[in-house]
Amino acid sequence: MFADWPLLSLVIWTPIIGGILVLMAGDKMPDGARRLALFFSVLTFLISIPLFVHFDRGTHEMQFVELLPWISTFNVNYHLGVDGISMPLILLTTFTTVLVVIAAWEVIQKRVSQYMAAFLIMEGFMNGVFAALDSVLFYVFFEGMLIPMFLVIGLWGGPNRVYATLKFFLYTFLGSVFMLVALIYMYTRSGSFAILDFHQLQLGMTAQVLIFLAFLAAFAVKIPMWPVHTWLPDAHVEAPTGGSVVLAAIMLKIGGYGFLRFSLPITPDASMALDWLLITMSLIAVVYIGFVALVQQDMKKLIAYSSIAHMGFVTLGIFIVFMIYNNTGNWQGAALGIEGAMVQMISHGFISAAMFLCVGVLYDRLHSRQIADYGGVVNTMPWFAAFFVLFAMANTGLPGTSGFVGEFMVILASFKANFWIAFLAATTLILAAGYTLWLVKRVVFGEIANDNVAKLQDLNPREFLVLGILAFVVLLLGVWPAPLLEVMHATVDNLIQHIAVSKL
Amino acid sequence: MENIYLAIVLAPLFGAIVAGLFGRQIGRVGAHTVTILGVAVSFLLSLWVFKAHVFDGAEVYNATVYTWMVSDGIRFEVGFLVDNLTAMMMLVVTFVSLMVHIYTIGYMQDDPGYQRFFAYISLFTFSMLMLVMANNFMQLFFGWEAVGLVSYLLIGFWYKRPTAIYANMKAFIVNRVGDFGFILGIGALLFYAGSLDYWEVFAEAEGMSQATISIIPGTEWSLLTVACILLFIGAMGKSAQVPLHVWLPDSMEGPTPISALIHAATMVTAGIFMVARMSPLFELSTAALSFVLVIGALTAFFMGLIGIVQNDIKRVVAYSTLSQLGYMTVALGASAYAAGVFHLMTHAFFKALLFLAAGSVIIAMHHEQDMRRMGGLRKYMPITYITALIGSLALIGFPGFAGFFSKDGIIEAVSLSTTPGATFAYVLVLAGVFVTAFYSFRMFFLVFHGEERFRNVEHHAHHDAHHADDHGDDHGDDHGHGHHGPVEPKESPWVVTVPLILLAIPSVLAGYVVGPMLFGDFFGDAIFVAEANDVLARLGEGYTGVMGFIVHGMMMPPFWLAMAGLASAWYIYMRKPSIAAAAKARFEWLYKVLDRKYGFDEFNAFVFAGGSVGLGRALWRFGDRLFIDGLLVNGSARAVGFISRYARFSQTGYLYHYAFAMIIGLLVLITVFAF
Repeated sequence: MFADWPLLSLVIWTPIIGGILVLMAGDKMPDGARRLALFFSVLTFLISIPLFVHFDRGTHEMQFVELLPWISTFNVNYHLGVDGISMPLILLTTFTTVLVVIAAWEVIQKRVSQYMAAFLIMEGFMNGVFAALDSVLFYVFFEGMLIPMFLVIGLWGGPNRVYATLKFFLYTFLGSVFMLVALIYMYTRSGSFAILDFHQLQLGMTAQVLIFLAFLAAFAVKIPMWPVHTWLPDAHVEAPTGGSVVLAAIMLKIGGYGFLRFSLPITPDASMALDWLLITMSLIAVVYIGFVALVQQDMKKLIAYSSIAHMGFVTLGIFIVFMIYNNTGNWQGAALGIEGAMVQMISHGFISAAMFLCVGVLYDRLHSRQIADYGGVVNTMPWFAAFFVLFAMANTGLPGTSGFVGEFMVILASFKANFWIAFLAATTLILAAGYTLWLVKRVVFGEIANDNVAKLQDLNPREFLVLGILAFVVLLLGVWPAPLLEVMHATVDNLIQHIAVSKL
Repeated sequence: MENIYLAIVLAPLFGAIVAGLFGRQIGRVGAHTVTILGVAVSFLLSLWVFKAHVFDGAEVYNATVYTWMVSDGIRFEVGFLVDNLTAMMMLVVTFVSLMVHIYTIGYMQDDPGYQRFFAYISLFTFSMLMLVMANNFMQLFFGWEAVGLVSYLLIGFWYKRPTAIYANMKAFIVNRVGDFGFILGIGALLFYAGSLDYWEVFAEAEGMSQATISIIPGTEWSLLTVACILLFIGAMGKSAQVPLHVWLPDSMEGPTPISALIHAATMVTAGIFMVARMSPLFELSTAALSFVLVIGALTAFFMGLIGIVQNDIKRVVAYSTLSQLGYMTVALGASAYAAGVFHLMTHAFFKALLFLAAGSVIIAMHHEQDMRRMGGLRKYMPITYITALIGSLALIGFPGFAGFFSKDGIIEAVSLSTTPGATFAYVLVLAGVFVTAFYSFRMFFLVFHGEERFRNVEHHAHHDAHHADDHGDDHGDDHGHGHHGPVEPKESPWVVTVPLILLAIPSVLAGYVVGPMLFGDFFGDAIFVAEANDVLARLGEGYTGVMGFIVHGMMMPPFWLAMAGLASAWYIYMRKPSIAAAAKARFEWLYKVLDRKYGFDEFNAFVFAGGSVGLGRALWRFGDRLFIDGLLVNGSARAVGFISRYARFSQTGYLYHYAFAMIIGLLVLITVFAF
């Protein structure tokens, strides 16, 4: 019955309208604002479930398509649709937003309605990014999403929030401007802004390289790749917990999504020609950032760096496919890389959200993110410690948790390309264990470090609920990732067939 | 059958979940009841499976339980492969685990983390069973890392102790170094075979040994050799082979029951099991076998030597475990997989026994672990004494005891092996026999015989014993007995002694299956040995039964070396203790080398740990903050600021300035168009 509904419009506009309503309700009744926000976030999540249930796993064609003319002069349309790459990311978005709303319940006391509204509107925009099939629509959502995040960090952020917001905004904005130029160029060539038309557009090598670099500027900043990653730790450190969660869990994924939706299918030859660049940047992200994460004194910074290293696996998995082809002469193993990258994105969404929420739990109590201010937390917060150790282990890619699946797939795929790439990628087993467990050792274990830790209260039911849900998902995806993989196969296979054909 | 296998695996998991999540609700008795029941079910069913496979000749079982995922046409599955090798491992794991569960009731009775402990050891049993029953590399890796996780949790069980939480982190990270090799090995196999299923990979082994991979450009390496060595690096981590052995001695920070279960009997033997399981691959690569052989021999001898200078009772047993794991590895390298696995089994019994006996002594000594403060315990703890004696005799390979058959099998097999490095290994394992006997009986005499030195101790000097199991400090209030003044040792309660007795039985008897296991067809197709490497078959030609094996053994050098070691220990520690002191003074450099454990820990701490932190700090300071942020990001912001500071001079706001600029511009344009 749901299949005929405009589900994608609903998952985009329900939270946006909800956000506006919450905003209008104002702060006179903060509890009302909270409940209303929870209602809309849950409603959106429920609306998104049929997207998964009624998703046709047998086709790579876009599904739940909606097409309305928007600016007919420029052939711009309100064109929505999802395939196996975007649909899981929409579910991740709707799921995460519910948790963010719950997690903010008592924590956010100032300007509650504005906070909640910002996240709801952001949710709508992010869903729009994943669902848009028209590049102008995509661009509008892509940029629009920055505004609520800018406000979230700028209003509810830490002491150095102005620097962080400006850095975040300028960095990402600079990247996307190049993308806009590329989109307009392709419009002049094809007469259409439809992304699927771009996929079919024949482009010369020079044009492809320039377009590829323009997209790279946008998506490398977003995901972020080394060396354009330094906005992320600053943004995370200053952002309130909810902001960090959305940033890490969803916004970074837009970079990975962009590579799969734009770079690979539009400029396959340039992607193949420049794969060495992307692979090098990914491996630097894994190794270099792994070492940098090791020495961080601030918990959020550490997790932010860990995110960058994990995103290195996403870009590695995506671009390794070209090297697999060059090394083995066929595309066997390519799907493993791309699907591994996809799984890594989803899994990282859960794990990083959980890690940031854990830090948030501590921050709410002691108002410090410094590792040195903690120690022996397990003595006073045993349940919290259990969750923290679980998520830490997931972060190190322990089998049985979702963190393992993507990394395992990408490492196995890299071996087909080159032994040393697999070698460097696999160092994450050691590095991630190093920085994560050292964090756990210093924060969670040991004697009670100081009086503040001695006074800590264990998780309240609300926090327990949020972390419990995430723990369940992390474990479920770890022991049975098949349902997630099934929705991707057709799309990924089609993508590989597509990039295998040169446009030259 | 599938339901039975599932029940074997899931029963301990169920116990672990109940005890772990609802420990507070069900209480102590509830926690140990549910976990012991779970493991007991597992054990009884394993017994039945063993009977079905070994005696009734059930078909080898290889089937998928469920499909974990499919990607790129590769099926990632969870499934079981049960043959005689698996059945034996299942039996060993569940039996030792059951004994340890029961023992724990006594050992941990005063510990506030009682329920948590039972949850962990049951979770361990589940993980270990998943590992040994796997029919594919993905599940093997799952079990491999899951046992590592539980080991991490259990070493750090007393999480307040700085040494414990250092040791568990070290254990996990060192194991990860091994896993790093292991995952690459799996990658190499998948690269060629396109499957993770054991049998499908084995079917490709022949082709893989012909295939090459260019690791360093311009060179060609046999893919199979590379894969096998990478897999073995994983085994080196888990089975604590030099130089990845450093975590095992420190793991003694964990409670003694888990030292017996995880760090002696089961988890550390996972590497041995894995190599035996992969014998169809290793057999085709002489280079890999040679590597295995040499690493094992180095571990067997040099780790045994360290055992001689240890004073902490658990550390002696720990180094002994390292050394015995080295023996098993040597067996693998010599293609005597059956001997390695046989020693794995006998060792599981007698080493678990020795650890639990050591634990029993530690209880009696009120958590004192320094052997210099023990002595003469024989008359206070008769059951512990007898069982420890049985364990020690089994360990040194005294004829008739379990260890004799397995260790003799290994040494004889090595002497026949033609794998490069076999002679070297033979010398080391032979010398190791003397060392083993010496440190085992040094410990035995120091603990159970001689002067009652614990009476001399004025006060319980914890501050001196840097590695002492001082968990009494953390939970001292619960113990209800003082830590001051001499202790009056007494025999441990029945929950402790019964497991000792039950483990002592196979420590004697398990060796008598030597015929079928080493020379018969016990393992069937589970273990594959190439014709040319089959040392056990050659050894078996002279096999005339158990008695003949014993008599033959008593005429061979290992027996006499063991007796010499035992006698030296007796003479030095019972008759003339001055010799020990004199030798220590005379060979001080050697003592120092051994006492510092060859400096591995210092080296790793300085080079790897220190180096990583230093590198991280340098990359962060100079790479991220100075170069990227300082120069590129803020630098471009500054550059924009700098340019605009001058550019704004042109924006004066005076109309005549703008008018002047317009006129100039107009002139320029006219000039351009005019010409």
